[in-house]
Amino acid sequence: MASFKPTKIQVYPKLGEKVTQDTLYWKNYKAPVQIKEFGAVTHIDFSPVAPHNFAVTAFTRVCWHLFVHIYGPFSQEPVKTFTRFKDTAYSGRFRSDGQLLVAGCEDSVVRLFDVGGKVALRMFRGHTKAVHVTDFTSDRYQILTGSDDYTCRLWDIPNSTELNTYQEHTDYIRCGVTSKLNRDLFITGSYDHTLKLFDARVDRSVMTMDHGQPVESLLLYPSEGLLVSAGGRYVKVWDLLKGGQPLVSLKNHHKTVTSLCLSTNGQRLLSASLDRHVKVYNTTNYKVVHNFDYAASILSLALAPDDESIVVGMTNSILSIKHRKSPEESKEISGQQRRRPSYRVFVKGKNYVPKQDDYLVSKPVKQHLAKYDKQLKKFNVSKALDTALETWTRHRKPEITVAVIKELDRRGTLNNALAGRDEQGLSQLLNFLIGNLVDPRFAPVLVTAAEMILDIYHSVIGQSPVVDRQLLRLQELLEREIDYQQDLLEVLGMLDTMFASTGLECLCNLFFETSDTFPDMTFVSHRLHPARLLV
Amino acid sequence: MVEHGDIRVVHRGGSKINFRKPVITNDSRFLLCASGESVKVFSTSTEECIHDLRGHTDLVTGVLIKPSNHLQAFSCSADGTVRLWDFTDGILIKTYVIGYPIFSIHASPHHEGVIFVVTPMQGDKRSGELFQLVAVHLPQSGDQLVEARELSAVLTGISSNPAATVFGRGGEYIASANGLQLEVYFFKKQKAYRFSLKEDNKKGGKNTFTCVACHPNDDCIATGHEDGKIRLWRNFNHKKEYTYSTLHWHHSAVSSLSFTPEGTNLLSGGIESVLVQWRYNQENQRDFLPRLGAAITHIAVSPDGALYCTSHSDNKITIIQSCVKVSAVIQGLVKGESVGTDLMIDPRSKSLVLNGKPGHLQFYSLQRDKLLYNLDIVQQEYIHESGLQQFEVVKAAFDASGNWLATVEERKQKGAELELNLKLWAFDEQTQSFVLNTTISAPHEAQITGMCFSHATDSQTTMLVSTSKDGHFKAWQLAAQSQTDADEGPSWSCDFVGAYHGLVPECCSFSADGSLLAVSFQEVVTVWSPASWELLTTLSQPPKAIRNLCFGRLSCSKYLLGTTDSNLLCCWNLLTCSLEWSTSMDVSLLLADPLSENMAAFCCQAGCTDLFVFKPSEPRPLFSQKAVCSGMVTRAVFAPREEMLESCEESSQWLNRSQLYFLTQYMDLMTFTTKTEEERLMASSKQLVIDDSVAMTPFYLLLGKHRQQQQGGDDPQSGVSAERTPLPQGSVAIKELLQTPAHVLPSTSFLCSMFVQSLLISVTDSREESKHAEEEMESEKEEEDSEEEIESSRTRPEQQAAVGGGEAAESAAPAMTKAQVRELRRVKKLDHSWLAGLLDS
Repeated sequence: MASFKPTKIQVYPKLGEKVTQDTLYWKNYKAPVQIKEFGAVTHIDFSPVAPHNFAVTAFTRVCWHLFVHIYGPFSQEPVKTFTRFKDTAYSGRFRSDGQLLVAGCEDSVVRLFDVGGKVALRMFRGHTKAVHVTDFTSDRYQILTGSDDYTCRLWDIPNSTELNTYQEHTDYIRCGVTSKLNRDLFITGSYDHTLKLFDARVDRSVMTMDHGQPVESLLLYPSEGLLVSAGGRYVKVWDLLKGGQPLVSLKNHHKTVTSLCLSTNGQRLLSASLDRHVKVYNTTNYKVVHNFDYAASILSLALAPDDESIVVGMTNSILSIKHRKSPEESKEISGQQRRRPSYRVFVKGKNYVPKQDDYLVSKPVKQHLAKYDKQLKKFNVSKALDTALETWTRHRKPEITVAVIKELDRRGTLNNALAGRDEQGLSQLLNFLIGNLVDPRFAPVLVTAAEMILDIYHSVIGQSPVVDRQLLRLQELLEREIDYQQDLLEVLGMLDTMFASTGLECLCNLFFETSDTFPDMTFVSHRLHPARLLV
Repeated sequence: MVEHGDIRVVHRGGSKINFRKPVITNDSRFLLCASGESVKVFSTSTEECIHDLRGHTDLVTGVLIKPSNHLQAFSCSADGTVRLWDFTDGILIKTYVIGYPIFSIHASPHHEGVIFVVTPMQGDKRSGELFQLVAVHLPQSGDQLVEARELSAVLTGISSNPAATVFGRGGEYIASANGLQLEVYFFKKQKAYRFSLKEDNKKGGKNTFTCVACHPNDDCIATGHEDGKIRLWRNFNHKKEYTYSTLHWHHSAVSSLSFTPEGTNLLSGGIESVLVQWRYNQENQRDFLPRLGAAITHIAVSPDGALYCTSHSDNKITIIQSCVKVSAVIQGLVKGESVGTDLMIDPRSKSLVLNGKPGHLQFYSLQRDKLLYNLDIVQQEYIHESGLQQFEVVKAAFDASGNWLATVEERKQKGAELELNLKLWAFDEQTQSFVLNTTISAPHEAQITGMCFSHATDSQTTMLVSTSKDGHFKAWQLAAQSQTDADEGPSWSCDFVGAYHGLVPECCSFSADGSLLAVSFQEVVTVWSPASWELLTTLSQPPKAIRNLCFGRLSCSKYLLGTTDSNLLCCWNLLTCSLEWSTSMDVSLLLADPLSENMAAFCCQAGCTDLFVFKPSEPRPLFSQKAVCSGMVTRAVFAPREEMLESCEESSQWLNRSQLYFLTQYMDLMTFTTKTEEERLMASSKQLVIDDSVAMTPFYLLLGKHRQQQQGGDDPQSGVSAERTPLPQGSVAIKELLQTPAHVLPSTSFLCSMFVQSLLISVTDSREESKHAEEEMESEKEEEDSEEEIESSRTRPEQQAAVGGGEAAESAAPAMTKAQVRELRRVKKLDHSWLAGLLDS
């Protein structure tokens, strides 16, 4: 006599990325704090000194948020705001001691602020067009600026005079970075597709690299041997010690990459793009290990020291701040779980060694069955379906309900189980169908059930307003789904023709693009995975 | 048939044991069942086959214990003979030749010297459908072969199903059901009553009779029906006033009914695979024994009512102890209508693996002709209902080391999508069985046509390739353990998806070293490199599709062989990428011996199958045999031998390392044997029959001890056996007998004869002692009851005769005085005690 084999609950693969160490790390942030700024947030910079305030450049002002994670709620209000700009401000940056802040402006004037004061300490005039790049050199006495007039200049802070002008780029200079180790070295990136390494001791650039796309952002590794540039859809890594040899070219975004950032330990590289994603790369193999989604195109990105928070500025003028969960908070979830009987209860009597005279009575192990299985064992099909449709199961674990429906179908008794329900029972069933019918994981099973329900109950349609309303909703849902599927098939057809003519690389790009633009299309993606078309 | 030296095609194991109702012997120790052309005797406790009673030349259609001798059994066969066997020793005692094919056999203890057999009706053109019950008077004769021509028809137009004919209370009548009619024949009145039912009743039930059972000591007939009803007929010795009551639990046909020997319970079974026990006269009380594994086909009850045994449709006999516990399962090779999975050899246990009962893979030991175990692949509750579409195991494959097993199960429901599951099983050393590792649901969009593992044993990764009708083939690889889910262990994932011009792939095969993969796409064979997934070359031999693909092994590994639908056998050289040779033959199956270069090709020609064994490098076949069997052979396998044969003959050398098994059209498992092998088998088949002793009960202790003493007494060396015969009153045995509660004792008549026997003195005793005993007997007479008196008086003439045959001293014996006698008795008593002590020490 074999024992009853319980209903098999299908384990559905979790959609999305696999759980890795990285996902755990990058998921461990609280819900974002969103602050509405006055315009698109173009630049974010963290103060290098505690308490790690950060400067946010948005529209005509540079706000300056206090960032202390203990006082999380307070950081929602700007600590300080600089509004002395005639036009849009750009690139507000802290000096390495956190005392001074420099910002460029659309009106070509570069302003230097004391973080304690309100009025600009210095105004550097000389550029003829908007200044998008400002930075302090590592000796703290000079400022680098880059402008839309194709020039980059070095300024002396004490004298507020211009030290040098470099006019080598042939297009707007939109990014630049100074060396933290050498006070004379700085790198600029321009829309003329080039990156240039300048040495303040000579009058011209000492190294030129071709990015191939208008350069949007630059980043130097802490060791300063490697340079990362972002432009177009590409992120490229250059080896400066090998004379600017390209090391890797990454193409994981499908729109322009706007901002780059390095995690504090230097192990992970983050890139933000207009495609609303922030991607995290492993810096050893440059594989994407994690991905953040945001509501709008991202213009700026910054990581607080020790990755305590991720700050992202978007085109819809929203500043999103995610704080890392404190250890207590991450533990809280496990603490909330139901208290189980103590370990001692389970081991009670287990380690008792029978004595010589003891007579051992063997007891068969009782098989534990779920409620619906108990009913299925007794062939009570309607009751089995009722138990599977209980509110908790229905909402939290629809796969159980679907598995029971599937099992009933396999036994050929689904019709009997569905029949003979009153208004309440039927509306419960229809509710479940409305909720899960279009789920690609459950659709094959539920479509059969839905057809059976319609067959069984078509005679009573019109008797109950509740059921009628639900049936109408179901119809609506199905019509929408059919339209949707048709659209998808059309897209698929378009893609097929494209794939037929182009190579694999294009295919992969398109694939990623479509799966990004239509996140709901993931269920189509298994038909469309590039690996399947490798041949 | 071309005789090739000494190679022969023989049946090898796996015969049906559920064809007819099994029989339990009176002592409940053995179980007899018809199995193909022989009767098998199983032990009910150890499940082992003890004897194989061979002798019939056709299908055995019935087994029966001889009513007058419970140590002998009748068997009847379609060859027209009834044979009488001594099943404890496995000896054929007599053969009665009836002359007509027999379909079942019945007998009753109240009809001595007569057996009833069911034979086709004579002189009827439709004799294939109509049968008659014939009484056969068994002639008393000492010959081995007896012609039994004294036949008289009892009932005509009955069903050939043995369950539809049964003897009633005390053998007074016989009941037989056929179609919608129940016929009861009274032997005394020589009159038959017929009762008919309407074809369908109002509720749409079908009234056709399926089986009949008679109550052993009440006038009641139970009949099973097609719609699951059981009817209990009473008062049937009248034409009109008969009554019946209806019991209904089964949802489909009742296939077997049986009353327990005391008539307290009625057992019924059907396709639900639930044994139902109904209380007689309290039919609303039922006991169930559910989930017996497969549809019940027969139910048998042991004569003492302690054991039930059920035959199941999956070639299984279950022995049940008093309707609560399954105590033993005798499982034969399960054979469905078709073998979805190929025949395979498990590399570890060297057992034959094929799909068995629904949703299972069976592991069948070829050496021991025994089913080792069933592996549950589907892991779902099997619903015993006809017409349901269930999951079936359709493909399976082992990797070279036996560490991995891949199975494919599918379920096709009308109007629904095909459900496919690919499962990968890892061998667990601890439990010595396969454990599910990965389930891939819907691995392909259409049916899987072929599946194979990479054979390379030294490679780091194991690879599985599956081909499907959706036009793709997929390579699955054991993914390396990732850091985060270290506790889950490695699992399988898709590594590569390949296609070739949208054609449907059919067969796939890995080369012996795993460096090449050949996949056939209709008429094109594509050769891939599994390392880089590059398409290396294509080979093609139009115009028809490839049927089989096989890489050569060992020294012939540079050859790739393929057969096509256009009756071509092609051999490609992979070094030159060109056709080496091809020959025109309609090969239905091509397979390579894993241990040698040999290839076997089964060719279908004119309804028969020929076998050719060849090496790809040699143009001449090593061995060929015409007409191996009728019909097409589609499943075969090379099974490695446990020990190599040392055959020097060229034609049989290919059987040295491995044995070729194949399944015929009719699902018979056949193999090729050589003469030397057969001789060796014969020598080893002289099985030791272990006389497994009676269970240790108080009664056994009593009688067993007694018997031992008797045996000791018979020992001629002791010489003083008679002196050791214990006195009845003083005997431990008697004490125990008197102290044991009466209800656990056997019947008095049984005990009595043994008791008296124990009092008797064997003939070998010396004259004096016998006389003493005789005197003792006389002195004891007063104490014994009358029965024993008769016994002893009966024994006296014998003793007297023995004494009479003695010497002259007999005359002196009566002269002894009473005092002397008393003295002697005293001495004997004394002697007994110390002698016994001596002997015990």
